[in-house]
Amino acid sequence: MSVEAMYQEIILDHYRDRQHYGLREPYEGEAHHVNPSCGDEVTLRVHLEGDRVVDVSWDAVGCSISQASTSVMTELVIGKSLGEAMELREEFTELMHGQGKIEPNEDHLEDGIAFAGVAKFPARVKCALLGWSAFADAAARATHADDQEKTR
Amino acid sequence: MGTPQSEVVDATAFDVEAVRADFPILSRSVGGQPLVYLDSANTSQKPQVVIDAIAEHYREHNANVARAMHTLGAEATVAYEGGRSRIADFVGAASAEEIVFTKNASEALNLCANTLGTRLGPGDEVVVSVMEHHSNIVPWQLVCERTGATLRWFDITEDGRLDLDKAAAEGLINERTKVVSVAWVSNVLGTVNPITLIAEQAHAVGAVMVVDGSQGVPLMPTSVAELGCDLLAFTGHKMVGPTGIGVLWGRYDLLASLPPFLGGGEMIEIVRMSGSTFAPPPARFEAGTPPIAQGAVLGVAADYLAGHSMAAIRAHEEQVTGHALARLGAIKGLRILGPETVDAHGDLGRGGAVSFSIDTVHPHDVAQLLDSKGIAVRGGHHCARPLHERLGIQASTRMSSYLYTTTAEIDALGDALEWTIDFFTRR
Repeated sequence: MSVEAMYQEIILDHYRDRQHYGLREPYEGEAHHVNPSCGDEVTLRVHLEGDRVVDVSWDAVGCSISQASTSVMTELVIGKSLGEAMELREEFTELMHGQGKIEPNEDHLEDGIAFAGVAKFPARVKCALLGWSAFADAAARATHADDQEKTR
Repeated sequence: MGTPQSEVVDATAFDVEAVRADFPILSRSVGGQPLVYLDSANTSQKPQVVIDAIAEHYREHNANVARAMHTLGAEATVAYEGGRSRIADFVGAASAEEIVFTKNASEALNLCANTLGTRLGPGDEVVVSVMEHHSNIVPWQLVCERTGATLRWFDITEDGRLDLDKAAAEGLINERTKVVSVAWVSNVLGTVNPITLIAEQAHAVGAVMVVDGSQGVPLMPTSVAELGCDLLAFTGHKMVGPTGIGVLWGRYDLLASLPPFLGGGEMIEIVRMSGSTFAPPPARFEAGTPPIAQGAVLGVAADYLAGHSMAAIRAHEEQVTGHALARLGAIKGLRILGPETVDAHGDLGRGGAVSFSIDTVHPHDVAQLLDSKGIAVRGGHHCARPLHERLGIQASTRMSSYLYTTTAEIDALGDALEWTIDFFTRR
């Protein structure tokens, strides 16, 4: 597979113009994730209203794949319920571990389908999942904070 | 042993095409393109004689060493100890007993930290540098945490050399210093550090001088006497040898004064349930069945390098590195980390690792695009995160050459880098 097929124009567009970039208030959960093999880093905040993902803000240093994937993710999950967001994470993770054999569902994953080719490059799968794992962590912290709020 | 540094070398006599013919992997293709292997500081490729020697050892001489009372056991022992003797010659050791085989350079440095660590306590200081590989930082951090000793380090100058002036001004090496451990050649910057000078400073305060020779020994004629250190760690796989074998050279009287590192078979003298006594070096530091074939074949690798003359290999490296610095330095938006000249005949040389950052493209993406052109480089922090933090960058891309690298390969890299930058910046 050619490298041009991996670096889809959608990926390059998101890399050059990262959506929802920058850290913002308010937020209930924050996570900092690192890819120890290369040092890619992302700090990501989740703002929930009830069960709804109202904002995801982030700051990162890293490669085009990790940056673009996080950018695409913010577009996908903002406005969705937490349950829907986690289902998308599962679907995207499955796609990335599919070694390029899974046909992505554009209705669900939208721009995320551009990463189907990345799944053929095992070394880069971690990059594509970095933002998603930070989101899951930050969301867990946000709901945990929410629980604590309720018990007070 | 002669004085290898003084050997006169005619670089034009070095036949790189003949060398390349010895390395079968260099004729393979990657993604339909001829392989351009520029990751030798990570691991070197292996010549046919080394590949054959591994197979031959397992095919004809395989047995455990030093304990099997049969012909094969004797042959395996001769092969393994023969490797030790050849490595002793290769670095100018006083005897083969000064060579300890480990599994890699990291284990050799851990051996140093743990055994020297028994002498450390609160108030004592260990000195490393900010340009070290993690394997010459983390073992010392661990031992300092355990003993209460303090870890200090050399900073670097803007051009990527050890900041000796700053170190002198702040009294970095002082009467509290018990160990100084520094890389001979930086795996990122390529900087060749003035080991002899630092060793003098260490010895003046009674400290032990440890050198991480992982990048230096494969590259330069090595004389432990000229380096002036007490312990020298390096690894086989970066000097055309097998993986799984590392080396610690140590001054014999120092080794003899150190306690064991790992316990087990072959490192003992007498074992009683009430306590044990230990074998003299090097056996004291080689618990369990050692990497036998690897030790034997490391001798073959050293012979291969010596056959080409380390001085000639060094001269070839300098030529290729000089070409790389010029070619890469001409690329817009590319910043070379570390010394930008080879300075072959100055006091401060430069190794064959050339790391760089590009404003617009992350090293992962650089490595991926280069790989699509059959070019192998390394992207990331190269196990030197503190150095990258000091340089104010997160990661870098590194090309590293060796005796089989051609200037045409450097040109291919330069062209591919320009294409990569265009790929990410064009709209």
